[in-house]
Amino acid sequence: MQTIKNQFPIFDARPGLVYLDSAATALTPISVIDAVSSYYGTLSANVGRGLYATAEETTAQFEAVREKTARFLGAKRDEIVFTRNTTEAINLLAYVLEDQIEPGDNIVVTALEHHSNFLPWKRLAEKRGAELRIVPFETDGSIKGEIAQEYIDSKTKVFAFSAISNVFGTPNPVAELVRMAKEMNPDIMTVVDAAQAAGHSHIDVRTLNCDFLAFSGHKCFGPTGVGVLYGKEAILSTLPPYQVGGGMVQDARAEETAYKDSPHRFEAGTPDIASVFGLGAALDFVEEVGIDAIHDYESGRATQAVSKLEKTFGDSIHILGLNDRRESGIVSFTLDGIHPHDIAQVLGEHDICIRAGEHCAAPLHRVLSLPATARASFSVYNTKTDIDTLVEGLKNVVKLFKS
Amino acid sequence: MPSLYQAIILDHSKHPRNCGELAHANHHGEAKNPTCGDSLSMDVITENGLIADIRFTGQGCAISQASASLLTESVKDKPIETVLTLTPDDILALLGVELSPNRLKCALLSLETLKLALTKNDKNLS
Ligand SMILES: Cc1ncc(COP(=O)(O)O)c(C=O)c1O
Repeated sequence: MQTIKNQFPIFDARPGLVYLDSAATALTPISVIDAVSSYYGTLSANVGRGLYATAEETTAQFEAVREKTARFLGAKRDEIVFTRNTTEAINLLAYVLEDQIEPGDNIVVTALEHHSNFLPWKRLAEKRGAELRIVPFETDGSIKGEIAQEYIDSKTKVFAFSAISNVFGTPNPVAELVRMAKEMNPDIMTVVDAAQAAGHSHIDVRTLNCDFLAFSGHKCFGPTGVGVLYGKEAILSTLPPYQVGGGMVQDARAEETAYKDSPHRFEAGTPDIASVFGLGAALDFVEEVGIDAIHDYESGRATQAVSKLEKTFGDSIHILGLNDRRESGIVSFTLDGIHPHDIAQVLGEHDICIRAGEHCAAPLHRVLSLPATARASFSVYNTKTDIDTLVEGLKNVVKLFKS
Repeated sequence: MPSLYQAIILDHSKHPRNCGELAHANHHGEAKNPTCGDSLSMDVITENGLIADIRFTGQGCAISQASASLLTESVKDKPIETVLTLTPDDILALLGVELSPNRLKCALLSLETLKLALTKNDKNLS
């Protein structure tokens, strides 16, 4: 993967950078940067409107990325809605489902959700007089199907959960959770937050059989400003618009408005065209490296890091989730007697980038009774030396605060 | 950029001054910094318009705890009036470092807690 690291120009600009925060946002390969700048440099037209060459070319390439995204997820083109990010995708969905939630219904989420897949559902439940139910997680950081089933009944309209927790890094058995939820209630709508999974582990929405799935471009090597909402055609095509305005109507008169079909119905206004082009390049990057190779590489680095951290810090380090065999690049931990913010700050002073805090997952931290955790997350550009640098950095942290 | 963790901050976070509770406090305040999960609780005894004694307990990052230690040390025997006019810059001067906006909240929690104690609580004024 050394040749892969060479594709990330940030390491030319900052040779000493040890970037261990890919779960927050992944670094950007040159091909993605080029795709974004070539849009502005060679096309720079709006989509879906103009009748001149650059506008037609822009529209064609924009729709080609939709097609590519559909292939990436095993979906159909018209099942792909472009949004700003995962957060907007889930908010959009919660908004358009509003009419279907009635007092006495319930919405089921899990205790390990990122606020993005928690607060939109909490607000929707409150607004519609529905109950919000929260499925607890196992100590390894996963959700068990049998436990989820206890929370689901004929009044459950939505079951929303993440494919991989952004704190534990443990994958959930998504297909099994969907199947077991539908066993309890065939009409339930299942929503998968794939922010940590897309571009890092294999996703096929037909196999998963989920009704909706969301992810962000910037976490899978794409630019910021673009996200994706996948929705089963049969459901998506029946849902009302989210924002209204340009680009999503057939006809707008004073008396009545005819909206376009999905997915365009959900894409009012000029989208972030350059970022969509960048997302296309990011999906090419993932395909070239290979999704399984990315998954194995990231999990491998995380597994090595865990074993070295445990060897070095023994009983004073506490690692969340699966220990001996990691299944993603995420490693969250605490060190006895040292606040995670101090850890991250000291490491940051040495150009080692990790995250500290609640990682937008306050309910999870409440359950664990932890004010915060430190998180190192590994990706395709992280070398073995990065792990050594992290461990040396942490030794300095311990020396600083414990001597 | 010099390290945030200068000797004075490390010293005060490892060996906080004025740590504990005051049984006869006439002022008490508690505050939290949700981003870090830092929390502080302060007991104050005021007499004749002065801070006669002050103690704190708390949990959190080195910056928040060192800041509480330094602040409690600096306000002892000072007039309440003066203490209420302390500004964020005064706290930074005590710590002797510059802070990013994120960590500023950690540093300022002590001042927030103290002002809260002095203004909101006045049980059995002596
Ligand atoms: C599991 C999970 N869901 C949702 C999000 C939100 O992503 P975004 O900020 O791109 O909307 C994140 C990002 O931190 C995440 O890790």
